[in-house]
Amino acid sequence: MNRVFKLNNPYNDDKVISACSIFGMIDQSGRCFSGECVTTAIANMQVRSNGLGGGFAVYGLYPEHADHYAFHIMFLDKKAQEETANFLTENFLLTHAEKIPTRKTAGIVDPPIIWRYFLKVNSKPRIELEGLSEDDYVVAKVMEINTKIDGAFVFSSGKNMGVFKGVGYPEDISHYFRLDEYKGYLWTAHGRFPTNTQGWWGGAHPFSILDWTVVHNGEISSYGINQRYLEMFGYRCTMQTDTEVMAYAVDLLMRKHGLPIEIVADIFAAPLWSELEHMEKTEKDLRIKLRQIYSSLLINGPFTVIIAHQGEMIGLTDRIRLRPLTAGVKGDMLYLSSEEAAIRLICPDLEKAWIPRGGEPIVGRLYQKEKKELSHRKKERG
Amino acid sequence: MKQTVKVKPSTNEKIVVDAKGKDTKQLNEILRQLVAQGHTHIELKNVFGQRYIGTDLRKPVQIDIYGTPGNDLGSFIEGPRIVVHGNAQDGCGNTMNDGKIVIHGHAGDITGFAMRGGKIFVRDDVGYRVAIHMKEYKGKKPVLVIGGTAQDFLGEYIAGGILIVLGLTLKRDEKHRANFIGTGMHGGVIYLRGNVAPHQLGKEVSILKLTKEDLRELRAYVEEFASHFHFDSEEIMREKFIKLLPLTLRPYGKLYAY
Amino acid sequence: MKTLLPPEFKIIRDEAKCIKCQVCVRQCGFEVHTYDEEEDVVLSNNAKCVACSRCVKFCPTSALNVIKNPLSYRENTNWRQEVIHDIIKQAETGGVILTGMGNDKPYPIYWDHLVLNASQVTNPPIDPLREPMELRTYLGSKPDQLVIKGKHVKTKIPPQVPIETPILFSAMSYGSISLNAQLALARAASEFGTLWNTGEGGLHKELYKYGSTTIVQVASGRFGVHPDYLYAARVLEIKIGQGAKPGIGGHLPGEKVSSPVSRTRMIPKGTDALSPAPHHDIYSIEDLAQLVYALKEATNYQKPVCVKIAAVHNSAAIASGIARAGADIIALDGLRGGTGAAPKIIRDNVGIPIELAIASVDTRLRQEGIRNRVSLIAAGGFRSSADVIKAIALGADAVYIATAALVAMGCHLCQKCYTGICNWGIATQDPYLSKRLNPDLATQRLINLLRGWSLEIKEMLGGMGINAIESLRGNRLHLRAVGLTQAEMDVLGVRQAGA
Repeated sequence: MNRVFKLNNPYNDDKVISACSIFGMIDQSGRCFSGECVTTAIANMQVRSNGLGGGFAVYGLYPEHADHYAFHIMFLDKKAQEETANFLTENFLLTHAEKIPTRKTAGIVDPPIIWRYFLKVNSKPRIELEGLSEDDYVVAKVMEINTKIDGAFVFSSGKNMGVFKGVGYPEDISHYFRLDEYKGYLWTAHGRFPTNTQGWWGGAHPFSILDWTVVHNGEISSYGINQRYLEMFGYRCTMQTDTEVMAYAVDLLMRKHGLPIEIVADIFAAPLWSELEHMEKTEKDLRIKLRQIYSSLLINGPFTVIIAHQGEMIGLTDRIRLRPLTAGVKGDMLYLSSEEAAIRLICPDLEKAWIPRGGEPIVGRLYQKEKKELSHRKKERG
Repeated sequence: MKQTVKVKPSTNEKIVVDAKGKDTKQLNEILRQLVAQGHTHIELKNVFGQRYIGTDLRKPVQIDIYGTPGNDLGSFIEGPRIVVHGNAQDGCGNTMNDGKIVIHGHAGDITGFAMRGGKIFVRDDVGYRVAIHMKEYKGKKPVLVIGGTAQDFLGEYIAGGILIVLGLTLKRDEKHRANFIGTGMHGGVIYLRGNVAPHQLGKEVSILKLTKEDLRELRAYVEEFASHFHFDSEEIMREKFIKLLPLTLRPYGKLYAY
Repeated sequence: MKTLLPPEFKIIRDEAKCIKCQVCVRQCGFEVHTYDEEEDVVLSNNAKCVACSRCVKFCPTSALNVIKNPLSYRENTNWRQEVIHDIIKQAETGGVILTGMGNDKPYPIYWDHLVLNASQVTNPPIDPLREPMELRTYLGSKPDQLVIKGKHVKTKIPPQVPIETPILFSAMSYGSISLNAQLALARAASEFGTLWNTGEGGLHKELYKYGSTTIVQVASGRFGVHPDYLYAARVLEIKIGQGAKPGIGGHLPGEKVSSPVSRTRMIPKGTDALSPAPHHDIYSIEDLAQLVYALKEATNYQKPVCVKIAAVHNSAAIASGIARAGADIIALDGLRGGTGAAPKIIRDNVGIPIELAIASVDTRLRQEGIRNRVSLIAAGGFRSSADVIKAIALGADAVYIATAALVAMGCHLCQKCYTGICNWGIATQDPYLSKRLNPDLATQRLINLLRGWSLEIKEMLGGMGINAIESLRGNRLHLRAVGLTQAEMDVLGVRQAGA
């Protein structure tokens, strides 16, 4: 077994449980801003975490490499790194590689080697399996590195975005990775309260595949079946965290099955059968069918998640809202947070703050993307 | 770290504390000391998420809060009167025994959870499971008045006390959206203004008309609410209320086989 | 030949309490009790007693009791009393020993070695009394993916059948049980929102009105199978095998083929109703596909087709074949499944426990990526809601119960169903006996059982922090093993408790 999974789950628990604080903000006009605000906000919820995990996802991060898959990889030793570098050059066009710059930080001990690699999928003929898209190819290679190369773990693999995470309070992680020096239009953040272990760097949130990231608060009681369902579609849930399952479920439903978030929300947080009784027929039929087909992806138990991908940030809670989420808006900025106080701290004069209903997705999109989507939908209807 | 605040032991004069940068423990320790010194009116500014504000004071002091207090505001309180000039988060008034909380904004989930006495007034909406397991005992009878509307499981397991929902944030003809209102209710009373469909109610509750006696009781609390937030209580009272009562004190008596 | 078989049971009559009312005489269809007018005494013939408890429960003065005959042979672990008696029986008759109900031998019952999870701290248990708790399940084949345009689903979805609790009544044919018993099953299923199963004896015309909650069986004898029968049903079930008697057919003796049974089975009155061991149109898996599609075509693809097999060594591979043959549902019937009549040697020695079969079938279908194509129903000796919920956690969509349903109606498990005499009015066509089963009361008792089990399932689900049954289905992390070997745990896909 790969050492990183042992590190993540040393006691071989069913799943690694962690409670936490989550935060996210998107400037829907696309203006990029530094990681300072988001760090202040997540740090304000320190009591919800215990210093054993913090992390951030940033979108619009690498405009100069926007067409490259940016892999962030942690290594337990040089050997793992060499092996991985070889694997990458064999399977990709490697444009650029560098150590991710860090700062000495008091709260950060024993960090792994962390590098980033900017990659392109060579050319169509190199794609081994017939019908595999570039994205599918990348997913397969990430799964391969994570399961086959001992001591290597790809924790970020999207384009023009990146995940930074590790063991420590999120503000320490932010300081360590110098996040005040990066800019993005969308940031999510997580402070972790794991129950099992000293924590290891890969076990922190966000969890990510391609440019999908998930930060999550809660414990998913349906984990066992969600995992087994996803395994039928080729996902390997080797990290044994329920958040990883969410990331793969989002990838399957949104990227591969092409379902919009409003539909996915109805799968993850399906309305109760009794609620359907009072819906209009089209709405009801749709939800019955969703639940018939995707019942194994009902996410049961308490959760709040912030899911992000290129140009979009989504907040969602479980259907009976057992975990908190507050949303706030000011101008082009949408904020999502476990606690309202964290938003108020960085934006005291919100135009609006509200507590979304359980299972109701709160979506922030780049206006650019919104426009594209609208015209696409119009075309579909036409 | 123990913080000492040096002020002369005054009495009725309001004292202002800047909560910025203070964590929960520090802020509550300051409050304890101020109250021990005899202060009866404290204003907190720049509150951002500090928890349990007002707990362990046990005196009828007034605390005004500017900013956003953290979870469990006023938990276990017995006496203080807390006014939030903004929104409150989850667990406000958790298991409170006496005192008063007034929120000039919205409040989060489980507001008034298991409260046994005292009053809470929320100007706007509230979250999930509000007033859950509110109960009364002997002379204690809790009162929770919500100016806006609530999310699901409002008044779940409620075992006593008075829960009033005014629906003032709803537009004309807009229904309350909460489902499972009063589910598991086995005591107390809910007065609800605005429209709900029967399917939104828990199966343990019945809808009744208000008696004259009820209206008198209700009017007193609506007037108190209106005076806090400057509403016209007469206008509020002009609309129809419904009264929800438990069908039985033992809703699950028939569940078990012996 | 003088029989050397001693009575199995002994009737104890408290003469001080007996008022000679002769209720016992009238109640016993096996004619155990007789009244001697001259002596004014009620006599009992122990040899005829089957321990069905009818007389005991109906005696107005509680004067009667039935105990196991305390006759003792020399102690011998190998040559137990039952073994000796079976040999005596065969020496006297030269026949195959028949029996009824399910396997009663002490095989391990894995349910009793599996324990359930509950939430503590890291996530909340859910209180099913107040918060919603959903047991609805849809049976039917599911596509892997939905294509949706706006609010409309473009993917064609095969027929889906909702059940409001994951418990169905398993196949018991008209002929093997009385019409009143079937009526009670049909009514209880309809009222509770679940399904009952005709078995292979056709559908009596009085029961057509319950068609929307009926599974009709198509078995090797094709009794009573005709277009109206197929169209009346909600689900069609091809019966390949049965847990109590895998690999063998059935035989309803001509004397049980009364006029109504003859009409329902569509065979002449008084003829033997023989069900061959195989379907003679299915000698291989591709033939099964042929029958599956024959039924789908015959009903215009409106009804899911279930294939029921006995759980045997190769169930996992067979199930994969069935799923690929186009079935919508697979029913697995385990070693402890019941029957109206089966050779005892088969009942007690053939097949595998249902727990292992569910686990290996579910695992295999997932490994092959085809679990969505079929629903899985488990059958065979489910005794309580705990057995049911554990089966679901192992991977079943729902379970079939039959023995438990019979017990709810009054059955006392005397195992004499094959005689056609049933003092409780269930497994009999004798009008004098069958009218003892009041269908109204039997319906109520069945509904009560479903309600009680469903409430218990909700309690257990809530404890696990789950509020919809589908989140437990196949979720083996909520199970742990106590007292099993590693090999057993590997098959079950369950970890050691405490580990």
